[in-house]
Amino acid sequence: MTALPRPRPGDPAITPALVAEHGLTTEEFQRIEQMLGRTPTFTELGIVSALWSEHCSYKHSRPLLRRLPTKAPYVLQGPGENAGVISIGDGLAVAFKIESHNHPSAVEPYQGAATGVGGILRDVFTMGARPIALLNSLRFGSLDSPRVRYLFAGVVKGIGDYGNCVGVPTVAGEVAFDESYEGNPLVNAMCVGLLREKELIRAVAQGVGNPIIAVGARTGRDGIHGASFASADLSEENEAKRPQVQVGDPFTEKLLLEASLELIRSGAIVAIQDMGAAGLTSSSAEMAARGDVGVTIDVTKVPVREQGMTPYEILLSESQERMLVVARKGREQEVASILEKWDLTTAVIGEVIAEPVYRVTEGDRVVAEFPGTQLVTDCPTYTPDAREDAAITALRNRDVSAIRERPEEGDPRWTLEQLLTSPSIASKMWVYRQYDHTVRTNTVVGPGGDAAVVRVRGTRRALALKTDCNGRYCYLDPRVGAIIAVAEAARNVACTGGRPLAITNNLNFGNPRRPEVYYQLREATTGMAEACEALGTPVTGGNVSLYNENPAGAVFPTPVIGMVGLIDDLDRITRASFSVEGDTVVLLGETADEIGGSEYLARVHGLVAGAPPRCDLNAERNLIEAILGAIGAGVVRSAHDCSDGGLAVALAECCIMDRNHPLGARIDLSGLSHLSRRAVLFGETQGRILVSTPDPAALREIALRHGVPTTVIGTVASADDPLEIVLGRDRLVASLPWLDRLYYETIPDIMTKSTAALVSAATESPV
Amino acid sequence: MKFGIVTFPGSNCDYDAYHAVVDALGEEAVYLWHKDHDLRGSDVVILPGGFSYGDYLRAGAIARFSPIMREVIAHAERGAPVMGFCNGFQIMCEAGLLPGALLRNASLRFVCEAVRLRVENADTPFTNRYTRGQLITIPIAHGDGRYTADAETLSRIEGEGRVVFRYVGGPGDADEWWSPNGSMNAIAGIVSAAGNVLGMMPHPERAVDDLLGSSDGIGVFESILSRVAA
Repeated sequence: MTALPRPRPGDPAITPALVAEHGLTTEEFQRIEQMLGRTPTFTELGIVSALWSEHCSYKHSRPLLRRLPTKAPYVLQGPGENAGVISIGDGLAVAFKIESHNHPSAVEPYQGAATGVGGILRDVFTMGARPIALLNSLRFGSLDSPRVRYLFAGVVKGIGDYGNCVGVPTVAGEVAFDESYEGNPLVNAMCVGLLREKELIRAVAQGVGNPIIAVGARTGRDGIHGASFASADLSEENEAKRPQVQVGDPFTEKLLLEASLELIRSGAIVAIQDMGAAGLTSSSAEMAARGDVGVTIDVTKVPVREQGMTPYEILLSESQERMLVVARKGREQEVASILEKWDLTTAVIGEVIAEPVYRVTEGDRVVAEFPGTQLVTDCPTYTPDAREDAAITALRNRDVSAIRERPEEGDPRWTLEQLLTSPSIASKMWVYRQYDHTVRTNTVVGPGGDAAVVRVRGTRRALALKTDCNGRYCYLDPRVGAIIAVAEAARNVACTGGRPLAITNNLNFGNPRRPEVYYQLREATTGMAEACEALGTPVTGGNVSLYNENPAGAVFPTPVIGMVGLIDDLDRITRASFSVEGDTVVLLGETADEIGGSEYLARVHGLVAGAPPRCDLNAERNLIEAILGAIGAGVVRSAHDCSDGGLAVALAECCIMDRNHPLGARIDLSGLSHLSRRAVLFGETQGRILVSTPDPAALREIALRHGVPTTVIGTVASADDPLEIVLGRDRLVASLPWLDRLYYETIPDIMTKSTAALVSAATESPV
Repeated sequence: MKFGIVTFPGSNCDYDAYHAVVDALGEEAVYLWHKDHDLRGSDVVILPGGFSYGDYLRAGAIARFSPIMREVIAHAERGAPVMGFCNGFQIMCEAGLLPGALLRNASLRFVCEAVRLRVENADTPFTNRYTRGQLITIPIAHGDGRYTADAETLSRIEGEGRVVFRYVGGPGDADEWWSPNGSMNAIAGIVSAAGNVLGMMPHPERAVDDLLGSSDGIGVFESILSRVAA
């Protein structure tokens, strides 16, 4: 038995104020004292503060997350690991996960976003998978604000520079803008990796005597308490916490990636984990807890960047591009030589021990010691009060059909222009042009379509990948909004010919201690569970980001879904754009009189109100089967999900999405004349897919077999024809160059236009 | 024929070049490690794209000091073919294998998209499968691709027909120079005075499969085959 930890010279006294500063409640502190049977040292307080932060412990979300379905025959690894893993057949598997970097990006957009990409890449390659695709999901305030434009440009550049340098293509994503995200942008990054099932490795420490090795960048004083920072509301004071944002080094990351995969293949290691949030502390404690073993770490052995770092600082540093490895005893030299090949720093800093403790020493002196794995397993969980905000109930219940059209809406072309120039709908080419999406030469369908398609080299298969969430729907009705997020991601995947397999999720919410926010979290989780159950897409992991608040309030609840689907045959890959003149345009699914929560109401009337569209999960499942059946039968030339902005926007997108080969279309929606004009053109009824087909009869037969109604609405025209939509007495004619300009030039215009011009545009805006 | 593909720390298109040679071209390829002094019997050397040493100093500025570069330069001096794509082109300019320099894009932003190139000289070991004036579509993906040279160098390489690929506009403006990165004379790719060293910013190795949008880049590889075979 070693000596108990005693305070180090210079350690501050443990006072209630210091405990509060570490984000721990009085009850949590008492729990620690009970666990230890004594007062913790300063170092121990720091360790607990990091591991019991919301970011690491999921203390407010864990009970809710248990409701999510996590199993399917093809799920090899569910939640609780660095990343989830599913089998895709032939001995191949896919590891994937999404993670947020919201708080760092709010204060330092470039590095905040870049290090977010770095972290999620490490989560995937530590499973033994080679990263093959990156995706992201971003939310910002209104682009009218210069600060928002700065954040937007910085985040995009940060994501691009990191992924581009490492050489992993960024293949898809989504970006939306709403004032609720002002001051608290959301930056969620997803990574997808490919591995051989037999090379799957888990971050489970095992084997008494096995050495624990620190690999990669040296440890500095950057990012100390990043996890705790991410577990509190953003305020002006947080600006002062900018130093807690780390700096990324994608070059070292690329070396780590290659070295880690070599290490895993060598069989010389038993476990590997990123030193991410809460750095050395969380990686070592979590690996020990998963293996139910003891570990001891000597901080004097950790390669550091600067002199005089205390154990507290070394343990809590979030310096980037570092990994923790448990090697097989006796094979240390093999590990060292692989790392040397890649010019990476390495040092044995501890070992797995038989004694059931988590122990940290500074040379001979014990500076922290926790019994068993309680440090990880004993974190309290909370189920706070939940109550819907009465103001939101009132917004949802508002009868939005009673809102009168504006005079300009007499010409639906005007309304279409408003929607196509909404930054949330307009093309994000300005964004993805900055991302290398063709490196690794497997990207069949890149950004800008429904879902990205990445081929699995050496097979006939491909992965369909998509991130999705409509925060406005979730604000108005978190349960329905979350259901729609899952259903829409699945629909997008199916439109490319992929069968939806599984999801990773990123729950972005406000402060869970507020009953209104906890209500949203609970309802959204419930909706997500229902949808995943119904669509057969289990959750294999994810991330929870709470305290996304600024002085003006919480962000829209934004449970982002990252979905992975499988396309069986490269020949089945389907795109969203019309491709052959003369094809028949068919709408799958039924249109209802719904405008609640729509982009139309937000953009044209400045309103976030009404109930979001209904989402019938049975109908969604049937729709997915129908479109996959039709694609399999070879009768689908293009398929596009009908969502934000409604049918008119979806039709415009089908015409111009292949920018170099646009085609017009002649559409007649008079069969829907019994509905209001704006609901037909701009309503966002769920469960609809816009298809072009050379064989409408065969398509109809397949759809009916699955109980999906079809409506022939027109034909694909030539490159010289406009998009023409007839609806009763209304007629909308939009030339392709006009559509192209609105859709593709909106964001570049905003990002280059002067602030003065933006201000004048905003004052002219009639909202 | 054997292609040697150099892997510098930070190279990330070595894999793409490998598959272009092996899968699309059906030839042999080996990876060459930057710390080695051995081209392993390669007939053709490829310096692939990526961010060698992170490109933190200046794109290609450190990679040119890699041990393997001594052998690559000797290979080029023997008149054997060497190709550099993207970061490879940048390394070649830093190493003095090709004239000029590649500066930060005029937009100051990374650009990834398929661009149209016009083949300006079809009489090189890398372009003989194309015809002069042919328009091809090949992806670019770079932040530092603005080709720059002093006036004398520029007029010399233009005069000697060493500009082999130029960026041009859409089908209607096939003759109009249009540069996505601000390159002088819309230059996308050049060859050495002896003609056996090619550097280009676009990625022909990413354009060898119609499934991914274009197979126009395979001509660069096939040209070498017919040259060496002849």
